[in-house]
Amino acid sequence: MNEWLDLAVALLILSNFMLVNTSRLMSCIRIVAIQAVILSVIALLSHLHALDVRLVVLVIITVALKALVLPQVLKRVTVGTGVERELSPFVGYSLSLMAGGGLLALSFLMSHFLTVPEPGLSRFFLPASLFTIFTGLFIIIARKKAVTQVMGYMAMENGIYAFGVSLAIHEPFIVEISVLLDVFVAVLIMGVAIFHISHEFDHIDTDQLSV
Amino acid sequence: MNHPPYIHVAVSLAAAPFLFGVINKVKAGFAGRKGPPLFQMYYDIVKLMRKGAVYSRTTTEMFRLSPLVSVAVGILAVMTVPLGQTESLISFHGDIFLLAYLFGMARFTTVLAAMDTGSAFEGMGASREVQFSMLAEPAFLVGLAALSLLTGESSVAGILSALRNGTGTATGHVVIPICVASLFIVLLAENSRIPVDDPNTHLELTMIHEVMVLDHGGMDLGFIHYGSALKLWVFASIIARILVPVKMSSPMLDAALATASLLAVTVAVGVVESTMARLRMLRVPQLLTGATILSLVALIIAMR
Repeated sequence: MNEWLDLAVALLILSNFMLVNTSRLMSCIRIVAIQAVILSVIALLSHLHALDVRLVVLVIITVALKALVLPQVLKRVTVGTGVERELSPFVGYSLSLMAGGGLLALSFLMSHFLTVPEPGLSRFFLPASLFTIFTGLFIIIARKKAVTQVMGYMAMENGIYAFGVSLAIHEPFIVEISVLLDVFVAVLIMGVAIFHISHEFDHIDTDQLSV
Repeated sequence: MNHPPYIHVAVSLAAAPFLFGVINKVKAGFAGRKGPPLFQMYYDIVKLMRKGAVYSRTTTEMFRLSPLVSVAVGILAVMTVPLGQTESLISFHGDIFLLAYLFGMARFTTVLAAMDTGSAFEGMGASREVQFSMLAEPAFLVGLAALSLLTGESSVAGILSALRNGTGTATGHVVIPICVASLFIVLLAENSRIPVDDPNTHLELTMIHEVMVLDHGGMDLGFIHYGSALKLWVFASIIARILVPVKMSSPMLDAALATASLLAVTVAVGVVESTMARLRMLRVPQLLTGATILSLVALIIAMR
């Protein structure tokens, strides 16, 4: 069972690199949705010995929200604004990949100093979740388009969820649900805001908004 | 020990050009053509060997040396890499670096020979070749380093036989697939196959490797073709062996399995070539950086 868990975690790491590497917004949206599915699979796999209703309900809600509803919202925003690709980011794509490599090394280093209370989990899970958080932050910094930045925010949230699974397994149901609700509302509001920005200014470059 | 290692070297030297025939058959199959015969590469090489070469007056010894170096490097590389479950003829600690830089040396002489002709066109090809190989080399080396760290061996044959015996594979199920993906991209790039370079094209805008050998003819060109066949054979047999590390009960079964896995890798190359378009020149560095990153991920995971 542990092998499958390790493989899923490796997939999570690789999906972050794909997210950093792609310029098409639609693929970004798809990758973040796939990340949410991978995370749910990890959560289920790591608790196979003690599955309870609470966890299953949470996983179902997570998948429904992060892999179905939110991508749909973001797809509508993307189509509505007519922006298909992030053409001139602050940090180019090859350079982003290398930065991603550096971030991965950093998160493995950092996780050396942290100990996981749950021994059953994959050894790479903690660094992988840190790496997902870092990737999200990096995308928020390195990209110009507002939609891509929302993508970074969602990747970061995925990372925080993964971090939660790896460290605090037994956090109360209500906390996880309310975090999910937060994300849902945030993405919804950002989607509406981006839509209005693009109507008002004919672009969604946050770089030009700040002048 | 099933049979002496020089048998597999002899087989490799004889059968290497066959792989190109397989790739071309697969491509022809996808296109709905009959395609050239499986042994076309042999006919080509024999034909070229019977011809004399024409040398430009501007070229020096370097130009004549480079085809010989590429064949010599190919032969040496075949000796360091075992085929199937055989032992390799040459094996010592750290020969993964030998393997990587043998090909580096062959490339260096090819580039020098291309510059030697004084043609601006070949200089352009040389510049591209060097740029892309600079990105492919770390992917190859770091990928091998990850496998080396995983198995605790530092020779190609040692790594491959440790994978067979299953030692040190605590994280193997994660590291090996990632390494294979990375090495496959390196195979495509190093052998100038399609997502990076198109071996068939003679369109100047897209040529990389083909450009550099334009001025070679006759015997020299035959040597270059043979050298590239050996190179493809070496890369394909490394990947095949990593993918299928099984040892069967009899040497005959081993040989059959090795051949089958080698053919499978070759067919995969053909399928990639038929289903993908060549990448834009600007996108190639991104692909190769991606391969390096894959190797890096494998290395970091292997460290844990």
